[in-house]
Amino acid sequence: MCLAIPGKVAEIQQKEGVRTGRVLFGGIAREACLDFVPEAHEGDYVMVHVGFAISVVDKEEAERTYALLESMGVLDEELGLGAEGTRSS
Amino acid sequence: MKYMDEYRDAKIARGLAGEIRRRSTRPWVLMEICGGQTHTLMRYGIDALLGNSVELVHGPGCPVCVTPLEMIDRANALARRPGVTLVSYGDMLRVPGSETDLFHIKAEGGDVRIVYSPTDAVELAREEPERQVVFFAIGFETTAPAHAMAVLQTERLGLKNFSLLVSHVLVPPAIRMLLQSPRNRVQGFIAPGHVCTVVGVREYEELAREFHVPIVVGGFEPVDLLDAIRMLVCQLEEGRAEVENSYARSVQYAGNRAAQAAVERVFEVADRKWRGVGEIGASGLRLKEQYAAFDAERVFGLGDVRAEEPSECIAAEVLLGHKKPTDCAAFGTRCTPEKPLGAPMVSTEGACAAYHQYKRHLVTL
Repeated sequence: MCLAIPGKVAEIQQKEGVRTGRVLFGGIAREACLDFVPEAHEGDYVMVHVGFAISVVDKEEAERTYALLESMGVLDEELGLGAEGTRSS
Repeated sequence: MKYMDEYRDAKIARGLAGEIRRRSTRPWVLMEICGGQTHTLMRYGIDALLGNSVELVHGPGCPVCVTPLEMIDRANALARRPGVTLVSYGDMLRVPGSETDLFHIKAEGGDVRIVYSPTDAVELAREEPERQVVFFAIGFETTAPAHAMAVLQTERLGLKNFSLLVSHVLVPPAIRMLLQSPRNRVQGFIAPGHVCTVVGVREYEELAREFHVPIVVGGFEPVDLLDAIRMLVCQLEEGRAEVENSYARSVQYAGNRAAQAAVERVFEVADRKWRGVGEIGASGLRLKEQYAAFDAERVFGLGDVRAEEPSECIAAEVLLGHKKPTDCAAFGTRCTPEKPLGAPMVSTEGACAAYHQYKRHLVTL
């Protein structure tokens, strides 16, 4: 539940006063709020927890963590992919 | 590339385990707080890898598990109300309250929705203004900033049909309670990496000083956890009691200030009951008075709900590290993940569920 998943910030925009990023987790894109990481730029890697980036991390470390979480099979749950009624926008 | 990394990790893991076994002169008792870390330790058999150089006990850091029975009953009651949409993280749906769970209420026609993020719940409130949308806001310090932002965003949008059923707990008061217990056996703690990413490590320094106990902030991968264990064993062997950070790639000393500011704006510290443990003073968060209009307990007058835990469950003993899941007579028989008796069996991150999943009751370690 307190896992955070590393993803790459592909695009940043302001949406109704919220700094929002399209974040890529492997092949999956999700919107995440970037208000807690004002230092994050497009191309940076962030740790995302329930749709909110909580830290900026190194690219190599992020990719390694992602591969491991994928092999542990926890990504679907953390990204809400199996969840019925989940919004993908 | 992935295989090379796995090979590299396995080699590093063996190296770290070897160093822990070499350095350790007695079986130090260490506790990881976070349920995600418990899961990794069990999945990779790290406890077995370390033999009797350390004894790992598992803390109360699974937010799904420690959400009190009364709060689940409140969520269930709300989900049954006409006009209410109860929104929750997926892992709360199968957690049993006194009588039933959200999954069954949904099957019976209750409007229960699962989301990945609280912002999805805010969006739902905007799309369906005729519904009262209640978000079941459970979690530790990692999740509180997201819930605070949901309140601030709702306020900004002027929505009147969104509220939170808040069940937020904090890690340091639980560690303090544990260390104050005359029965405490824990000699070193792995602090939860993502909680510390948000709040930083200052409070842990106070605990280390006050109780002369080493604390190492740990990540979630097998190598992260082995490294944290190695650092704890080194401190114990050298008689040191400091806070060290083994998860520096995500955790900074002061934590995430922007996230802390959002939490401070919306929430204040309050007493909280932990399922399986009981009431701990100043161990959680509640909405500030000025945000009372977002507090589902007040909006819907949920009032005093009382519930009793099954007497056979030894959750408190497990969550405080006094006993192992396998010490319980009901483990794996009258208590299973499908039909849990108490807190540590209700979520995959609970210690009992992790032991059950990785079949620790069938293996002699």
